[in-house]
Amino acid sequence: MSIHRLLARMVLAVCLALGATLANAQAQTNAPEALLKRLVEAGQAEKTDLLKALSETGDERARGWLEAVRDGKLAMIEDTGALVIVVNNRGRNWQIADALTGEDLGEMSRRDLQSLRVNNALRADIEGILSVIDLTVADPGQRLDAARNLLGDVNEALATQLQARLQVEDNGQVRDMLTNALAIYQVEQGDVEAVATLAGSLNPTVRAALNNAVNSDDPALAAAAEKALASIEQKLKLNRAAETLYFGLSLGSVLVLAAIGLAITFGVMGVINMAHGELIMLGAYTTWGMQQLFPGQPGLALILSIPAGFLVAALAGIAIERSVIQYLKGRPLETLLATFGISLILQQLVRTVISPLNRSVVTPEWMSGSIMVNEALSLTLNRLYVIGFALVVFAGLMLIMRKTRLGLEVRAVTQNRAMARSMGIKATKVDIMTFALGSGVAGLAGVALSQITNVGPNLGQNYIIDSFMVVVFGGVGNLWGTLIAGLSLGTINQLLEPWAGAVLAKIMVLVLIILFIQKRPRGLFPQKGRAAEG
Amino acid sequence: MATSQTWLLRPFQERSTQVFLGVLFAALVVVTFLHLYMPEDSALHVSAYTVTLLGKYLCYALLAVAVDLVWGYLGILSLGHGAFFALGGYAMGMYLMRQIGDRGVYGDPVLPDFMVFLNWQELPWYWQGFDMAWFAFIMVLLAPGLLALVFGFLAFRSRVTGVYLSIITQALTFALMLAFFRNEMGFGGNNGLTDFKDILGFNLRSDATRLGLFLATGIALAVGYVVCRAIVTSKLGRVSVACRDAEARTRFLGYRVERVQLFVFVVSAMLAGVAGALYVPQVGIINPSEFSPLFSIEIVVWVALGGRATLYGAVIGALLVNYAKTVFTGIMPDAWLFALGALFVLVTVFLPKGIAGLLQKRRQKDDDQPGAQEATA
Repeated sequence: MSIHRLLARMVLAVCLALGATLANAQAQTNAPEALLKRLVEAGQAEKTDLLKALSETGDERARGWLEAVRDGKLAMIEDTGALVIVVNNRGRNWQIADALTGEDLGEMSRRDLQSLRVNNALRADIEGILSVIDLTVADPGQRLDAARNLLGDVNEALATQLQARLQVEDNGQVRDMLTNALAIYQVEQGDVEAVATLAGSLNPTVRAALNNAVNSDDPALAAAAEKALASIEQKLKLNRAAETLYFGLSLGSVLVLAAIGLAITFGVMGVINMAHGELIMLGAYTTWGMQQLFPGQPGLALILSIPAGFLVAALAGIAIERSVIQYLKGRPLETLLATFGISLILQQLVRTVISPLNRSVVTPEWMSGSIMVNEALSLTLNRLYVIGFALVVFAGLMLIMRKTRLGLEVRAVTQNRAMARSMGIKATKVDIMTFALGSGVAGLAGVALSQITNVGPNLGQNYIIDSFMVVVFGGVGNLWGTLIAGLSLGTINQLLEPWAGAVLAKIMVLVLIILFIQKRPRGLFPQKGRAAEG
Repeated sequence: MATSQTWLLRPFQERSTQVFLGVLFAALVVVTFLHLYMPEDSALHVSAYTVTLLGKYLCYALLAVAVDLVWGYLGILSLGHGAFFALGGYAMGMYLMRQIGDRGVYGDPVLPDFMVFLNWQELPWYWQGFDMAWFAFIMVLLAPGLLALVFGFLAFRSRVTGVYLSIITQALTFALMLAFFRNEMGFGGNNGLTDFKDILGFNLRSDATRLGLFLATGIALAVGYVVCRAIVTSKLGRVSVACRDAEARTRFLGYRVERVQLFVFVVSAMLAGVAGALYVPQVGIINPSEFSPLFSIEIVVWVALGGRATLYGAVIGALLVNYAKTVFTGIMPDAWLFALGALFVLVTVFLPKGIAGLLQKRRQKDDDQPGAQEATA
């Protein structure tokens, strides 16, 4: 019963809508059609007015027509007088479409077509009209873009239109942008008052306009512009500092991610795992593999690869622990060599089985792009996610080490193995679990790294030295130390980079750490008490 | 203990040194004979290529002896000895570069080709003097020695030892590698120094020069071995072994541990520099890849395979691994890293004393000689 009624209503609605569209079309095509007709016959002087009238009809095809006129692609078929838009004007026969309906009319010899002539003045006028059209669309984002495009391109005619537009514009950002566009025009005209409006803007066009004003003949204007520029420069400096800090934190969080697993295996267990970098690489390759399993769904694959990467790396870690490390207990230098051998094998394995070339990992849509804080500062999303991810992983590890039974047992075994065993803790099991945890975290780091760097067989090698540096710098056996060391090393690196260049900055950081270790051999936060004697 | 011996002559009275030197000189003589007096088509003929290859192995062997000196007798696992090797190599490379003179591609009488290419107008200050052989040869010792002195002074003074020291030596060579990759450093950047023409007036491409370099390397290895042996059998060597086994106890006994460590470390770095200097004219190129951490750690595995704290073990290890590398990379290049990786694992897990350990065990079984105990770590 109700379904019938619903159906009936729907049919009615569709009919009504159709009717309305038809009626609308009937009423509106008249005006623009006539205008277009007149346009072809009109002289150059009249054309601008006609085009403006055309744009004011509110017809959504107006934009297309204006662009066609601008590009010289509006033409008339000489025989019939019908107006067409030239879609492709290469060769002898041009592909054309009906100007009014957009219907494809096939090809026609260019001799039978008469193109509408445009000169540069007209083109400039059309540009102005087009930008004003964009200012009236419903989407505020598009309006903002249109307003931004107007900066520095305002002429006298446009200025009056903008003023009118400012009265009705209700979006604050668009208003600001329009005001700036107007103010640039006014400054160009020598208006000293308008300089004050521009003082806070970070837009490069605004700065260019002010720079021009500084060189103007009017001393008052020049002075005002200089002042405004100085305030902008100040703001820019702050923004640049914020950007450096952001890059530094992002690099730092990568270092933290890479090093935090090491902080567990090296710092807590005292095992030097040179294959740690390759565990990171395994995590990154897991992400790549998941994306091969779920083609077209990079986001889902990425989320699934977080547990998968952890598992793969943790299992690899257990295999390493059982096969090699357990036999080398208490011989750290030998452990170092053996795990280095494992790292070589893993690298070569990936090269042979998968490929020696880098694999491309897709970044899901919700991770690409950036947040624009203001004109001078935008934060790329993927780095933001990595920072967040690093903090979450760190917090998770902290919780495990502090609040769970496993964490308690790990700390007990670390501090006094014999005593812990006599209290009934299975030290061997704890070893395996700890190593698996540290390795799994390396896998997580790999998943995150796959989003911001190349996934290749050398991925791990690039991070292993840095990771050790972070752990040693922070103080072995101290997770907080690792966090602070990682973030500060990342920031220092980014601070040095613009001044010294990327490679030199890295060298300087390495030298800095080498010198630092001389000064404080146990790192930023040395362990105290009995644990320090090990 | 014998009293009247001078410390440098003491090694010659050891059985192991006598055997080692005997074998080494016999090998040098045999190779020279086979190269010079066997007809080209004979199966026993040793080609100039093989002579150079053997010379390269001997350079590696000297480098391994240097690493064994610090690792075996001082307990310092240096993962950055490649840096000293490469510095010595660069010092020699700079000399060879200046010897090219105006025979380079650009024909500049003073500037090496890469500087002309980079539009440099004059020689940087640190290139001055390298046209003189004696200066360059001193720098071969001084450059790595000074780096080791400064680095070691800082490290040992603050008692950075064990794993920490290993990691920062690795960071050191990594940092140097990055630095030498930069064109602005003035060492040829990525391409390094190459295209050498002659050394001390002898053409590097002639067979006679190659044989000469091979013999020089053999002699350098012998001298280096004897010097190391002299050090480890001296009183200083005994203190150094004491540092290795119980650093804190040695310090409490009143020895200045850091001075002993510094001395041995610097000597080892200089030996590595000499090895690098002899290596460069034989392979004809030096570039930043010699600084790579992988190379440095490879040296360690030569020593580990041969057996630590024996010196001759290091030589055996270096020769074996590098021969295997030549063979492997020739027939299956992919398999080499697998083999090397497996070598790392197997040696550390199953053969902690290396090949030398096996030899000693057998000898002890044969005649239960108490003197062999000395070299056991």
